[in-house]
Amino acid sequence: MLAIALLVFREVLEAALIVTIVCAATRGVPRRGLYVTGGLALGVTGALLVALFAGALADAFSGVGQEVFNAAVLLAAVLMIGWHVLWMSSHGRQLASEMKALGGAVQTGSSSLTMLLLVVALAVLREGSEVVLFLYGMVAGGAGGVVGGLALGIVGGVAVGFALYFGLLRIPLRHFFAATNALLVLLAAGLASSAARYLVQANLLPALNDQLWDSSWLLSNGSLPGQTLHILIGYDAHPSGIMLVFYLSVVLLLVAGMRVIGKPPKPRTAVLNVAESGL
Amino acid sequence: MRRILISASLLLAGFAAQAGAMPEYKLVISNHTYQPAELKVPAGVKFKLLVENRDATPEEFESTEFNREKIVMPHSSVHIYVGPLSAGRYKFFGDFHQDTAQGALVVE
Repeated sequence: MLAIALLVFREVLEAALIVTIVCAATRGVPRRGLYVTGGLALGVTGALLVALFAGALADAFSGVGQEVFNAAVLLAAVLMIGWHVLWMSSHGRQLASEMKALGGAVQTGSSSLTMLLLVVALAVLREGSEVVLFLYGMVAGGAGGVVGGLALGIVGGVAVGFALYFGLLRIPLRHFFAATNALLVLLAAGLASSAARYLVQANLLPALNDQLWDSSWLLSNGSLPGQTLHILIGYDAHPSGIMLVFYLSVVLLLVAGMRVIGKPPKPRTAVLNVAESGL
Repeated sequence: MRRILISASLLLAGFAAQAGAMPEYKLVISNHTYQPAELKVPAGVKFKLLVENRDATPEEFESTEFNREKIVMPHSSVHIYVGPLSAGRYKFFGDFHQDTAQGALVVE
């Protein structure tokens, strides 16, 4: 049961960390819970479908369907997160002041909610399909404690997500969206570098030096902290050159985009200044 | 944009074409163990690794040391491109049966 719980925990943790960051980034958005729940339901359904058609998926694209699918899911999440980050950089300031004024309830339009729904769904789908295949194997192999292991793993992974969430909420409101935006940028960059890894594995992209460096003596990919940092900021103990290219491209594009879009409006209104000084 | 796409697809086609001449090595998963448990491969060469799962349950071929992961469905095979790696020992495992499915690439 413990082995089952451990594997489920690691997969759930990956999804939970992503969900946590997008939840924090959409703090104060009305009807958020509904969209998170919708994303979870969509993700679980998708995970079951992916697991069901895993055989067909594996044979697609001359045997590299799995890699192409994973890379596509990851890059779709990168696009969603990137779009949200850029959108936030033009509305974030306003958002923080509105939250102050309205006691947390703000109307942010559809951007946040769509991002939230899709990123949650994609994260759950990707990790969930692995869990489904694993559990199927365990049940087929006659292993005991599957239900207990599953429950324990999910509870553990979700608990870490909640702990991170409430940790993030302690960030002062003034810096809150800047912090979650920075987290989203690093998250997106890490997901993009994972997509590159899949494409190299499928021989669809050149590795540009398979092991750029090796920091596994410090923090290995297999360790829990290594894996957590892998999800949060895209840490890799021995990345290939192309992974770094993808990572840095996303960071540079988003930071540059935020700079351009997020320039403060020149004649700043007195109302806004008052609102800000009140923070 | 179109030009970028065309040159990107040419680049990809070029890499796909290289795949034909690549050396191949094979691993078999049976009773949730890897056979051979140690696979010798040359250093500095990119190669194609075939993984055949003879078990009735899915397995995930995974290595955190050479950064690869791929699900291998029951009674089926997958291929993964690996390397070029520098000389050394790189462990891999079956993520779904970690207590028994352990192995290593010996790169020399």
